[in-house]
Amino acid sequence: MLEETIRAKMSQKDILLMTHIVIGYPSFDDSLRVVESMVEAGVDLMELQIPFSEPIADGPVILHANQQALAAGSTVERCMEFGEQVSKRFDIPFLVMTYYNILFKYGVGRFAERLSAAGLQGAIVPDLPPEEAETYLAAMKANSLAPIFIYSPNTRSERMKLIDEVAEGLIYCVARKGVTGADTSFSAEFGDYLSRCRAATKLPLALGFGVKNAEDVEFLRGQVEIAVIGTQSIRVLEDEGIGAIKGFIEGLR
Amino acid sequence: MNDRGYYGQFGGAYIPEILVATFDELTLAYESAKADPTFWQEFEELMRTYSCRPTPITFAENLTRHFGGAQIYIKREDLNHTGAHKVNNVMGQGLLIKRMGKSRVIAETGAGQHGVATATMAAKFGLECTIYMGEVDVARQRPNVFWMERLGADVVPVTHGSRTLKDAINEAFRDWVTNMDTTHYALGTVCGPHPFPAMVSWLQSIIGKEARAQMLERTNRLPHRVYACVGGGSNAMGIFSGFFEDEVELIGVEAGGRGIDSGAHAARLASKDASLGVAQGYKTFFLQDDDGQMRHTHSVAAGLDYVGVSPILSHLHEQGRVRFESATDREVVDALALTVRKEGLIPALESSHAFVQAFKEAPELSSDDILLINQSGRGDKDIFTVADAFGDPKWEQFIRDKAEQYNA
Ligand SMILES: Cc1ncc(COP(=O)(O)O)c(C=O)c1O
Repeated sequence: MLEETIRAKMSQKDILLMTHIVIGYPSFDDSLRVVESMVEAGVDLMELQIPFSEPIADGPVILHANQQALAAGSTVERCMEFGEQVSKRFDIPFLVMTYYNILFKYGVGRFAERLSAAGLQGAIVPDLPPEEAETYLAAMKANSLAPIFIYSPNTRSERMKLIDEVAEGLIYCVARKGVTGADTSFSAEFGDYLSRCRAATKLPLALGFGVKNAEDVEFLRGQVEIAVIGTQSIRVLEDEGIGAIKGFIEGLR
Repeated sequence: MNDRGYYGQFGGAYIPEILVATFDELTLAYESAKADPTFWQEFEELMRTYSCRPTPITFAENLTRHFGGAQIYIKREDLNHTGAHKVNNVMGQGLLIKRMGKSRVIAETGAGQHGVATATMAAKFGLECTIYMGEVDVARQRPNVFWMERLGADVVPVTHGSRTLKDAINEAFRDWVTNMDTTHYALGTVCGPHPFPAMVSWLQSIIGKEARAQMLERTNRLPHRVYACVGGGSNAMGIFSGFFEDEVELIGVEAGGRGIDSGAHAARLASKDASLGVAQGYKTFFLQDDDGQMRHTHSVAAGLDYVGVSPILSHLHEQGRVRFESATDREVVDALALTVRKEGLIPALESSHAFVQAFKEAPELSSDDILLINQSGRGDKDIFTVADAFGDPKWEQFIRDKAEQYNA
């Protein structure tokens, strides 16, 4: 279902934008206004991160947002309610991003049912490799949700194919080594990596980590289906306020 | 253990995709070292000539008389170079780093013992070195920070989360996902994703191998009970592994902090407060809330102040092979004071947890019974914390005078 939605959108645009927020940062009200601004600015898909106290794949900006959201009282249940609220109100696909312990403690089956009931379309769980994902995959399938997996530049081609066998919706291609938030130099050798990704899967490719301005999005146009803006929109929010989000997103493509 | 590093339901490797290739490389290096007898020979030789191994067993005659029950023996890991068992694991991983051809090493540290050991190994082997340490621990283990820096390491205080050991581990992982081509992460305990629990247990098993042979030689028997403190669980796994096949009771002692009822502790297996979870790359018991967010822990001993525990120990706990107890901060300081006065030994605050439990049980046993305590490290590093706990007015005056000198 997610894949079809992406393909349908691709028939109208030559690159889609996926943005990311940490639910409850800096507050639930603000998160709602950020989603609203992003949707108005034409964002095609969104990742909603349920905060976790130990986000090992995230750099300082998103780490800080996770901790602030928790300190401000974000709970998993409130995040689910938030997901339900935005997916009812806005007509774009919403995905959940979080770490595996959140699903594990909630109960993986129950978590998937709750996502589905809330109208969310898939999940990204960066610390859950396919080898550990049996229960998760079954639960996602039973609820018609897309389990989204990750490729990285040092993922060997055979492994990419293995991941493709269990992934649905899209493949999230990490642009480089490191955590979220650092700069990425989109260079020529990047082409090799993307063609390896392309050869391993027929799913749409979303590229993230370090995508932050119109120049980066322009570079990716024609190479991947989706450009992912993560940390940069949190920076805009922190430095310039919610009012600046819409203009920032509109300026990206 | 199966090949994904599960011990019963505990363990595994919950790692981000970017690190999968790095873990494959490490697992290969570990397995080939384990299969190669010259590796262990080289390791033993290095530890013999660089770190005073085999460390002796000391009969604690005065403590034995004091409690009037079981005979108390102590395995002296405090006599290692750098003052704790941590160096066993670190020198072993150093040899692996040489085999893998990497030029930089990073590590987390709580008490600073693992950090000092890693910085020492880096100096000896000519590696670049960065140590991540929670800000809270930097403040309470300053002497170790000082030595790490003298040894050439870059010590990075970690300022987020609970600013203790778990946060230092997260930060080391963040470094590693960026620099894995040149860098090895020398994790300091038997936790984290496979192969770390297996690999660190293997390197620390040098303690148990020696201890078993030494007890037989010395007493003609095996001890009835063996005690070790448990932070992540590496000194415990090290000594326990010598006795798994024997009828020897194994007791792990966790940090009871201000008491289990206070909630301010780090007792994962000895209390009912922890539950099964997945964090820091592995599945085990964590002190966490119902949503799966990690809770703050507390211990007077920085090296035991940790939310998770070895998946291998969780499994041994579930099987009933290892018994878990806890010791409070107060009990620990008292046991430390008694050991210093009676035996002239200065156990680290971490190690003193094991002494507490042995002291509770010794009087109830007969003089035929033998207890063995693992003194995982020496207490010199704890001088500031211990002086505060004793409320030593002369020490306080000394610190004031010293500060005056800097102000002058
Ligand atoms: C002296 C000493 N003992 C014990 C520990 C706890 O670690 P583990 O449980 O891995 O032995 C530490 C950790 O820093 C330590 O320094």
